[in-house]
Amino acid sequence: MKRIFLVLMLASLFLSCVEHKNKNAALPSDSIFNLTSSWQNQSGDTLQLKQLRGKTLVVVMIYTSCKTACPMLVANMKNIEKKISPAKLGKTSLILVSIDPETDTPERLKAFALANNMNAPHWIFLRSDEKSTQEFANVLSMKYKKISPIDFSHSNIISVFSPDGQLVSQEEGTNIETDKVAETVNKTVAEN
Amino acid sequence: MYKIAVTILFLLCFFACKENDFKKNPEAENNGIKGIDINTKMVFIQGGSYLPFYGDAKKQVSVASFLLDERPATNEEFLAFVTVNPQWRKSNVKRVFADTTYLRDWPSDLQFSKDQSGDAPVSFVSWFAANAFAESTGKRLPTLDEWEYVAMADEKDYNARGKKSYSDYIISLYLKKNKQLEPVKKSQPNAWGIYNMFDRVWEWTDDFNSVLTTGDSREGSYDDKNLFCAGAATSATDVLNYAAFMRFGLRSSLKANYTVANLGFRCAKDTNIITK
Repeated sequence: MKRIFLVLMLASLFLSCVEHKNKNAALPSDSIFNLTSSWQNQSGDTLQLKQLRGKTLVVVMIYTSCKTACPMLVANMKNIEKKISPAKLGKTSLILVSIDPETDTPERLKAFALANNMNAPHWIFLRSDEKSTQEFANVLSMKYKKISPIDFSHSNIISVFSPDGQLVSQEEGTNIETDKVAETVNKTVAEN
Repeated sequence: MYKIAVTILFLLCFFACKENDFKKNPEAENNGIKGIDINTKMVFIQGGSYLPFYGDAKKQVSVASFLLDERPATNEEFLAFVTVNPQWRKSNVKRVFADTTYLRDWPSDLQFSKDQSGDAPVSFVSWFAANAFAESTGKRLPTLDEWEYVAMADEKDYNARGKKSYSDYIISLYLKKNKQLEPVKKSQPNAWGIYNMFDRVWEWTDDFNSVLTTGDSREGSYDDKNLFCAGAATSATDVLNYAAFMRFGLRSSLKANYTVANLGFRCAKDTNIITK
């Protein structure tokens, strides 16, 4: 009995390594995880995008001091969260990337998360430096411009990426159909 | 039997994990951009202010003094760049950074097309590639405002926008076919001493994606404002300047990994010099 247990232990260890290996398998050429920029999350941890590999990603770019479209985008993201089936939510990351990294420090992002009831582990807030933020916006084909020290004009896009970082869909505008995005997420999680 | 099984499992486990660690290395090596030594002459551009083609009407935008390459980057130079930066070679580049037509006419990784001069501007390069090249030379791409500020000049004046001939002349240059195959610096420089702003390639700018316009809109009022946060802050100011309109139209249709036949770039750099 004890022996079988030991063998099972080793087998599971082996399998965990195999899983780990899949995560390190070569990235698809069009994967956003090819970006090598470094980011900080709302807890102040430094990470690279490829560490987000393995889950379906829903990504939006906002800035926390925005008073116009961003609150709507945040509401959209929360709506999408509600419509992702609970079992699949564990395999999903909902990511808000700051286009105003100077203002949006990890502390500020954390406070924003708390204030908006976005504390669950699937909520990830990210900020980087200006150069990497611009590069990321370009990968999302998002347009943005700083129009004053406190305001940005930017396009409103919610993107879904596969666990390997490949773009699955993008919804643009202020009337984003959250049903459609959530459906895409549910489907993407199921397929991977 | 049991011992063998345990040993095999242990070994498998060891190798499975070992391989992971090994695989991380090549990726890490690919990250950094290696420097190249290229001495393109840079011209000091005295800062000032200008009225952007798109923007809040009557709101001048100030441009700080900067240095700008006197001409676009060439095939020869781009070859030097990919030679030391293999991740930017045609066969290695990631699709997220450059689409399938990247360096389209290069027959192989380290060879540009025979039909093109080494002194002709490089084209079929993405924004990401242009940026990486600039980084490898210790420079950066010019901002849209910097580029347009210099583009106001004709051969005589720093700001020729008031002249009727100015826009017509640029349009006539834009209409020429396959002009990107010809060497740089064959035409007259503008008042700053800058060559080939209009007669070889369209050029990437650092913030090409900062113009919030969509579709076929000749005036800001036709834009779908719902697509943008604070989008009303942008609209055309100088509708007579059709050449500038064409540039803004092109830029707003680009994505950063696009590569296009007549789209190249030149580099810029900050300067500490305030006045010349």
